[in-house]
Amino acid sequence: MRAALPILAVLAVIVALWYAATVWMNAPWVRDQAARAGQEVTTSQLVRETMSQERPVLPAPHQVIAELWKGVTGQAVTSKRSLVYHAWVTVSATLLGFAIGTGLGILLAVGIVHNRAMDLSVMPWAIASQTIPILAIAPMIIVVLNSVGVQGLIPKAIISAYLSFFPVVVGMVKGFRSPDRMQLDLLKTYNASQGQTFWKLRWPSSAPYLFASLKVAVAASLVGAIVGEMPTGAVAGLGARLLSGSYYGQTIQIWAALFMAAIVAAGLVFIVGGIERATLKRMGLVR
Amino acid sequence: MAEKAVIEAKGVNLVFETNDGPVQALKDVNLTVGKGEFVSFIGPSGCGKTTLLRAIAALETPTGGTLTVNGMSPDAARKARAYGYVFQAAGLYPWRTIAGNVKLPLEIMGFSKAEQDERVRKVLALVELDGFGAKFPWQLSGGMQQRASIARALAFDADILLMDEPFGALDEIVRDRLNEELLKLWARTDKTICFVTHSIPEAVYLSTKIVVMSPRPGRITDIIESTLPRERPLDIRDTPEFLAISHRVRDGLRAGHSYDV
Repeated sequence: MRAALPILAVLAVIVALWYAATVWMNAPWVRDQAARAGQEVTTSQLVRETMSQERPVLPAPHQVIAELWKGVTGQAVTSKRSLVYHAWVTVSATLLGFAIGTGLGILLAVGIVHNRAMDLSVMPWAIASQTIPILAIAPMIIVVLNSVGVQGLIPKAIISAYLSFFPVVVGMVKGFRSPDRMQLDLLKTYNASQGQTFWKLRWPSSAPYLFASLKVAVAASLVGAIVGEMPTGAVAGLGARLLSGSYYGQTIQIWAALFMAAIVAAGLVFIVGGIERATLKRMGLVR
Repeated sequence: MAEKAVIEAKGVNLVFETNDGPVQALKDVNLTVGKGEFVSFIGPSGCGKTTLLRAIAALETPTGGTLTVNGMSPDAARKARAYGYVFQAAGLYPWRTIAGNVKLPLEIMGFSKAEQDERVRKVLALVELDGFGAKFPWQLSGGMQQRASIARALAFDADILLMDEPFGALDEIVRDRLNEELLKLWARTDKTICFVTHSIPEAVYLSTKIVVMSPRPGRITDIIESTLPRERPLDIRDTPEFLAISHRVRDGLRAGHSYDV
C-alpha cells in the first residue's frame, strides 16, 4: 500500500497535465467555431467543449478510456470492432516473433561464445541491423515475402523477431561468459567436454541474463508486430487500428489503440517477470 | 615414507609472457612427492606456489624441464582424472544443492545414478556434512561450504588431492578445526595431498614435507622433512619439536627475502 501512494501521485500529476493540455490544444478550434457562428464563449463553456469534441487534437483522458472500454466490452471479442480482437491479432504475431527472435538470439550467442570467427564477425552485423530504421525495412520484408507467397502472420513475426533477437544476443553472450576463471578451471580438472561445460555451467549461469533480455525483447517484439501492420494496409491488428485512425482523423481511436498496446506490453513484461521469479526461485538463485 | 614418486619435477621453469615482458614464475624447480605424503607449499605471494600447483594440475604449462604426475605428463594425468582440486573459494554452484554440487564431477565422468548417490552419501559423511545434502550453498557457513567443496574433490576418488589455500578465507577457529579434520581424512583415505598455504603453523601442523618458496624468480629455497608423528593432536603445536620446524621454515622464508629487502 505504501508503494501505491507515489505511483498514484505521479498518475494524478500526469492526468492533471493531460487535462490542461487538452484544454489548451483544443481551445483554438472551439474559439474558431464560436467566431464563425458569431458567438461569445465563456470559460466554462470553453473547457466543456474542448473535452467533448469528436476529433480533438488531443482527446481528454476520459474520452480515451471510454473508447477503450467500448472497444473491449462493447461487442463480441470476435468482432472486427473489438479491440480485444485486434490486440489478439497483434499479440499472436508478437509471440511468434518473440519465439523466433529468442531462439535465434540464443543460437547466435552460443556461436559467438564457442567460435572465434563468429565472435569477431557476428556482433558488428547484429549492431548494424539495429541501426537501420525498422520502418524502412519493414515494407521491404513484407513485399519480398509476399512475392514468394508468404503473407499474413509470418512477415509480421519476422519483423518482430528482427527487433527482439538483439537484446537476447547481447544478454546471452554476457550470460554465457559470466562464469569466472575458477569455475571454468574446475570443469577443466574434471576433463569436462565443451558441451558439458555449456549445459552444466554456462547455461544455468546465464539464466538471470536471459530473463533480463527477454523483458526487453518481448516489448520490442510488440513494437515490431505493430510496425509490421502499418505499411501494408493490414485490416486487423493494433497497427491497423492506428493507421486507419490516422487516415480518418480519429484521434480518440488512435489513443485507445495506443493504450491497448501499452496495456498488452505491460502484460507481456509482467508474464515474463512472473516466469523469471518462478524459475530463479526454483534454481535457488533468489531466496 | 616415499615408496614411489607420484609427482616428480626436474628443472621445471615457467615463464609467463605479459605486456610488461616475460615474468619468471618458476625457476629450476626440483621436487619429488611420494605416495601418501602431505606436502605443503609455503611462501609469500608471488613465489609461484599456486603456479606450481596449477602446473601439476595441467592448468598451466611449464616452459622448461620435466614434470610428471603418476609417471605421465600432467595433461595426461588430468585426462585420466588423477587428482581432485580444491580452490581458495568453495565455488559451489548456487543453483545446485550440496548433494548436487558434489555430484557434478560424477555426472561429468559418467557414473551411474546409483553409484552417484552412493558416493555422494559417502563423501558427505567423510567431511561430516551428512544431512546437509538437500541444502543450498547459501544456507551453509563458509567453513561448511569449503568442506562441501572438499567432498566434491574427493567424490571421484582420485589418488591425489591438490589444495590451493583452501582455508585462506576462513577465520582462525574454523581453520583449526578444518585442519584437524583434514589430517583425519588424510589418515583415513591414504591420499597424496599437495597443499598451498601462507600460514607457517598450518604448514607445519599438516605436512610430512614442507616446501619453502620465495619470489622473483619463484623458486624452492628449502625442503623440510617433518619429524612430527603422523598422529597430531592440535596441542602438538606447543611442543619444542613443532617450534623447531616452524623456526626453520621462518628462516627459509627470511633467506629468500634477504636480498630484495
